[in-house]
Amino acid sequence: MNFDFSDDQKFLRDEARKFLEAQCTTAHVREVLDDDSKSHNEGVWKQIVEMGWLGAAIPEEYGGLGLGMLELCVIAEELGRALAPVPFGSSAYFFAEALKIAGSEDQKSQLLPKVADGSLIGCIAVSEGPGEIKAGNIATRLKDGSITGKKIPVTDGDIATHAIVLVKDGSGESLVIVDLNQNGVSREPVKTLEPTRSHATISFDGASAELLGEAGNGMALLDQINDRAAVLIAFEQLGGASRCLEMANAYAKERVAFGRAIGGNQAIKHKLADMYVKNEVARSNAYYGAWALSSDAAELPEAAAAARVAASEAYWFASKENIQTHGGMGFTWEVDCHLFYRRAKLLAVQAGSPAVWKEKLVSALEAKND
Amino acid sequence: MDFNDTAEEAEFRAEANAFLSQHLKPKTPGALRSGGREDFLERAKAWQKTKAEGGFAQITWPKEMGGRGGTVMQQVIWGQEEAKFDAPTGPFAIGLGMCVPTVIAFGSDEHKKRYVQKALMGEEIWCQLFSEPAAGSDVAGLKTKAVKDGDEWVINGQKVWTSGAHYSDYGILLVRTDPNVPKHKGLTMFIVDMKQKGVDVRPIHQASGGKEFNEVYFTDVRIPDSDRLGEPGMGWKVALVTLMNERLAVGGSPGPDWKEIMDYARSAGTLSDQAFRAKLADWYVAAQGYKLTKFRTQTALSRGETPGPENAIGKIINANHLQDICNSAIEMQDHFGLIVDKDEAPSDAIFQESFMWAPGLRIAGGTDEILKNIIAERVLGLPQDVRVDKDKTFAEMN
Repeated sequence: MNFDFSDDQKFLRDEARKFLEAQCTTAHVREVLDDDSKSHNEGVWKQIVEMGWLGAAIPEEYGGLGLGMLELCVIAEELGRALAPVPFGSSAYFFAEALKIAGSEDQKSQLLPKVADGSLIGCIAVSEGPGEIKAGNIATRLKDGSITGKKIPVTDGDIATHAIVLVKDGSGESLVIVDLNQNGVSREPVKTLEPTRSHATISFDGASAELLGEAGNGMALLDQINDRAAVLIAFEQLGGASRCLEMANAYAKERVAFGRAIGGNQAIKHKLADMYVKNEVARSNAYYGAWALSSDAAELPEAAAAARVAASEAYWFASKENIQTHGGMGFTWEVDCHLFYRRAKLLAVQAGSPAVWKEKLVSALEAKND
Repeated sequence: MDFNDTAEEAEFRAEANAFLSQHLKPKTPGALRSGGREDFLERAKAWQKTKAEGGFAQITWPKEMGGRGGTVMQQVIWGQEEAKFDAPTGPFAIGLGMCVPTVIAFGSDEHKKRYVQKALMGEEIWCQLFSEPAAGSDVAGLKTKAVKDGDEWVINGQKVWTSGAHYSDYGILLVRTDPNVPKHKGLTMFIVDMKQKGVDVRPIHQASGGKEFNEVYFTDVRIPDSDRLGEPGMGWKVALVTLMNERLAVGGSPGPDWKEIMDYARSAGTLSDQAFRAKLADWYVAAQGYKLTKFRTQTALSRGETPGPENAIGKIINANHLQDICNSAIEMQDHFGLIVDKDEAPSDAIFQESFMWAPGLRIAGGTDEILKNIIAERVLGLPQDVRVDKDKTFAEMN
């Protein structure tokens, strides 16, 4: 039994945490929050690129560090703790992982080295309107290698250089890779709940696109991509939820009301204990997801779903009760509580909402027990 | 990150499994609780003897105490394997898990010689007498008193919620020997012969209908001073050792889980209900979270580390979810769900039976509220609750 990260992985985590605590403070996050013209923190992004984190799970033959998925999970948790205002997830969890599982040799050797060295920023563009992404609901069309339609919102869509886009074609739904710097692509920033991660509307009007994987296999591929991204996002969520508990805990010990620290009152103690329980449930499920992801286990779909459901619940609960614990202070712009509350919501809906994942989980359990 | 045993662990697991297969039947699905039957105690005693003779009883105890001298990890593996079989272990859990280790830690050589082997061989059963009517979560507030009379102590008072007192031979008894000091300082621990004069065991008829717990009345019960465990006034320290051992005892929550209600919903045709499916996902995630948290604990144990407080989440999750799952299953059966007749009710009425058992589980071994306090105070380092009796003598407060 070795249900834990290795010493090397823990060393990576410690180093990542040290770096982010020094170089990616909430002041850095707020530079993006307070300035509509900024889509990300360029200084933080540049350093992350230089450290090679984007290529952590990309094989060396494609310009990556060739470490592995567990290392990427470790990095994800730290990025989540720091609320890193960078397009890391879009590029590393979605774009690179999609190429790794479905890309042709040509696509991989062309594009993965650029993801790893930061010269390409990838994103995924699937949403077109409210509700779950479903086959048959996709209006964006692919015809003779060019696409027409509109995707909204696309996380990091304003700064990405390339997108993976879900389209409808003659054979059903397919995924395509689109170079966003071409005629026939226009982008508009979209205001969202979470301004420290930028979002855009991307309109395609006859832009050229290249198939990723087989035509007609888009929904199945998207499921696989989401399973992988879900585990990585669960680690970001876990990092954020842990920070919320730490913040609430520190404040509950320091804030005095009615002559004693508020953390001495059971109403606060039990609230924080509930956060702890949810965070531990999320951590254990995330570890299982990490194991399934790193070992290409058949259990990945249910492990990913459980990790995502647990992490979404933990982060939601921790981020809202962190504000509550801080009282009136917690509701101010100056105190950082709302940054986590915003990020919690982005991460909970970005790769499908908790309701969608609960359904995926139960379907997987049904299939297994039939 | 993997879930495989090391070579030594795998070898021990295989050895344990072979021994279990030789002596027991595998647990059948649905047979969730086998207690209460007439022959249960005899079967339990026989299994304890077999286990002790085979060298699998009390794996972490030293060999000179009749144990195996094994590791905590081996104890965990044994617990996992034993749980796969129809093993009647209940009557010995408290004695061997909590009481006898306390005797080993604080008893004299005479005590160890007299009691340990017999308990290990299943010949004598022990119970733990801590709780009282006025001292539930606040154990140290107990009132049963002991007064020194020559070489003996005279005990008067009442204990409550004593599991298995009705079939126990001996107990460890926490009493107040000095009311004129703060409550934690005036306690003393004794070994008590449960069959002696003045000990009156009265089963409690529980809300679930069962009678697993008891009230125990002490009227002028005399205990020789030589059966004292630890110095007079040191009883709280001795009790903490007992309670620490409780945490090492391996145990799960008996009753239906997400799988059972999913199977039932499938058979009842309600598995397609969206609201139900969302709840099912939550139950699975929580159960999986607890199971995997135990894997993290095992990892720490297998490295020779002391596990962190992660396992504290188990009781809060399990008891609540058991209650919730049973409630949902009953409501799913609509009016019919009221029926407790095993021949009529779906799934042998396990949902109905556990529905009535679950409230007790949320209280036994520390209420949800006390466990949340423990997490808040010992894990998160938050201030302790207000304790107005902290610096006052017990007599002043009562």
